[in-house]
Amino acid sequence: MSHDHDHDNELDPFAARVRALETILTQKGLIDPAAIDVIVDTYETKIGPRNGAKVVAKAWVDPDFATWLKRDATAAIGSLGYTGRQGEHMQAVFNAADTHNLVVCTLCSCYPWSVLGLPPVWYKAPPYRSRAVIDPRGVLEEFGLTLPATTKIRVWDSTAELRYLVVPMRPKGTEDWSEERLADLVTRDAMIGTGLARVPA
Amino acid sequence: MNRREANSHAAMLPAGVDAPVFAEPWQATAFAMTVALHDKGLFSWSEWADALSAEVKRPGAASDGHDYYEHWLAALEKLLSAKGVAGKGDVDALAAAWERAAHATPHGKPVLLQNDPSPTEGRGGRIG
Repeated sequence: MSHDHDHDNELDPFAARVRALETILTQKGLIDPAAIDVIVDTYETKIGPRNGAKVVAKAWVDPDFATWLKRDATAAIGSLGYTGRQGEHMQAVFNAADTHNLVVCTLCSCYPWSVLGLPPVWYKAPPYRSRAVIDPRGVLEEFGLTLPATTKIRVWDSTAELRYLVVPMRPKGTEDWSEERLADLVTRDAMIGTGLARVPA
Repeated sequence: MNRREANSHAAMLPAGVDAPVFAEPWQATAFAMTVALHDKGLFSWSEWADALSAEVKRPGAASDGHDYYEHWLAALEKLLSAKGVAGKGDVDALAAAWERAAHATPHGKPVLLQNDPSPTEGRGGRIG
């Protein structure tokens, strides 16, 4: 929250409109201001890419879970306690030596909130939304990810009903690692597809 | 995210890789109200996605995405107006009342709607 300059009590027009909506909705019994604070706190501090990283790490060490995740990601992810609020279905897309997956929402900003939290600014901005489909290889290069020309890139366009989670490839040299340690290698960008899992130092 | 990754983002994609998801408190409130109203069954998430999509697709959307929650708020207002929950005139009048109330409230005191010095304008007088 970025208002650090000294000022008298002034509400900018957007803040005033939000207050107005909050007043009307509270009076009509449609929202409870205390519940609004809980939702904000949840999305700011409790839900984030660590959830998704745990899903990926489990899929790396547990072949049965990986199979389940491939077949029915909504249920497999739900079994870890991560369920979407919007009734959306999840699909997990697995990177392989010859295929890299990249997720976008060209429509607006649909994103797997339950496993990744809220999307980063660039995910919601027009350049990424338009260019990820047209020139995925170029976009990945801007993220510092240059894939071999032989690697196929599949782009998945999210909707309100269906959201995607990329399962990156497990880095080499992690064969005896615990699930917890592995989860630390799984970045948010790796699960969107604009990056890879971290390589062990 | 480490520094190496942060630096790898070139100029054509927006900066602020690790920017907080909400830049201002009102953005968080607008977001949370939308989630709460959906939970309440006021609209389906598809309806919401359509409303938001219509706003973010308007020409003139900032390429760095800084106006994303302005589009979000516009989408929410239109959806609530279409549902007959909050008309634009009511929201305009009440927003003006909130701005007057904020201006009339001494620094450091909580802004309350009853601090509006001209509550007879618009709907302000009938609220709070």
